[in-house]
Amino acid sequence: MLDLHNIYKTFNAGTVNEKTALNGLNLHLNEGDFVTVIGGNGAGKSTMLNAVAGTWFVDEGTITIDDIDVTKLPEHKRAKYLGRVFQDPMTGTAATMQIEENMALAARRGMVRSLRKGITAKEREFYREQLKILGLGLEDRLTSKVGLLSGGQRQALTLLMATLKKPRLLLLDEHTAALDPKTAAKVLETTDKIVNSEHLTTLMITHNMRDAIAHGNRLIMMNAGHVIYDVAGEEKKHLTVQDLLAKFEEAAGGELANDRMILS
Amino acid sequence: MTLFNALPGACAQGLIWGIMAIGVYITYKILDLADLTVDGTMCTGGAVCIIFMLNGHSVGVSLFAAFIAGMLAGLVTGIFHTAMGIPAILAGILTQLGLYSINLRIMGGKANQAISVDKYDLLVSLRYVKGVAFYKNTIFVAALIIVILIAILYWFFGTEIGCSIRATGSNQNMSRAQGIDTDFTKILGLMLSNGIVAFASGLYAQYQGFADVNAGRGAIVIGLAAVIIGEVVFGKISQNFGFKLFSVAFGAIIYYLVLQIVLWMGLNSNDLKLLSALVVAVFLAIPYMKGKYFSKPVKRGGAPRA
Repeated sequence: MLDLHNIYKTFNAGTVNEKTALNGLNLHLNEGDFVTVIGGNGAGKSTMLNAVAGTWFVDEGTITIDDIDVTKLPEHKRAKYLGRVFQDPMTGTAATMQIEENMALAARRGMVRSLRKGITAKEREFYREQLKILGLGLEDRLTSKVGLLSGGQRQALTLLMATLKKPRLLLLDEHTAALDPKTAAKVLETTDKIVNSEHLTTLMITHNMRDAIAHGNRLIMMNAGHVIYDVAGEEKKHLTVQDLLAKFEEAAGGELANDRMILS
Repeated sequence: MTLFNALPGACAQGLIWGIMAIGVYITYKILDLADLTVDGTMCTGGAVCIIFMLNGHSVGVSLFAAFIAGMLAGLVTGIFHTAMGIPAILAGILTQLGLYSINLRIMGGKANQAISVDKYDLLVSLRYVKGVAFYKNTIFVAALIIVILIAILYWFFGTEIGCSIRATGSNQNMSRAQGIDTDFTKILGLMLSNGIVAFASGLYAQYQGFADVNAGRGAIVIGLAAVIIGEVVFGKISQNFGFKLFSVAFGAIIYYLVLQIVLWMGLNSNDLKLLSALVVAVFLAIPYMKGKYFSKPVKRGGAPRA
């Protein structure tokens, strides 16, 4: 349902800081795929997600979602198809607005916004029910400002918001990286729960190889701006961290490039 | 007793500037943009309103024209900022500078245009502060306008479009991820804000009995002063949006009352702008300095972030 065809993206072209972030990237996602993405720093993982989300336009190549060419569609129009959770818990929610207001904004993703009420009493009840899924007690704090929540709570809320209006594709950009291990596990568990119950097609970046193996039905490894390893089904289930490390060393030419790879 | 005599006038002026400050609040607090266009629109509105009235239009039509003129100025700043990528402050300054010439054109090349309260049916005037029926009293009229304006804004910022403007001011990345066209919402906010400021300008010109090309000089500072004073004095009472708008209007009244008092105490009126600038600087600095120099260390539990 998602098709990335021959994508190129270079930042700061023509300067000393020139960086080719995506270098002939090809990726095809099937309906219902839950794909985990790993790779070293600068491999192009986040860049790939941003290319899909439309944060900027790619230099070359085409991006299609459900056979619709979105390559030239601006970010806010693509939002119709996408649910997004960011690495920084501060990015995904509006801190100065209430929990219910944030959810109401998310519930209208991809819809025409008019002079109708920004939030109705009926919605409010629905949000209360949805917040119970998170098990964080947020259902009793509907009118609290989101800025008062902890990073983990905000990230869980962002996840819920991203899926409130069922997205065609869920983009998770290392959404647990800024959380403490316990909270991260909890958010990941919620992710699994929501993705499985809604049968969402998902792209999840992670630095944690164990998580990459444990979650999803397919795993891709990126290096130097394209996919170097793509594994699914039974084969993926039997992967070990050692296998991935070997693959990784092979790709990186022997140097174990990355101290942020969490091996524990 | 001169102070006591001057207070109703200060109150009326404060109310009119309160309307203007509500316009500033929309950009400064809701959209999180410092929009300097208002120094220009605070004259444009008055010029348009007075010229319309001198040409025989009713006060209602004239004020509406002022509102539209302000919205157009906001549109220009919005386009400078979004489509052309000019930083908001600079975009506002550019529009404001351009407006100076436009304001002169509107007033037929003259630096000011007078309108006589005896010949025209004005909505507000410094002659209507004392000794007129209460429904004609400028303090009552301006207060009523503020109540209506706040009611409209309270409704508007509760709608889907209004919420998307607030979201844009709060977090642009999030807004775009939720499908909000942040360029559009910024332009809309700037237009609404400048429309309100120009409307206030139309009232202010009537109040004074003339439109003046220098009327808007330093308007942004007075607007910010009202916003900040309102926040400092009333901020702790309620987080309600409507209440916040009222506190902005009260902030403007307090500003003008204080101004009147320092004048009465013998301050040279030429030094007023300096005083205003210093007062605003101090109030803007308070939250920062409090945090930096007077904060007590807070012990934080939990694991350090990776």
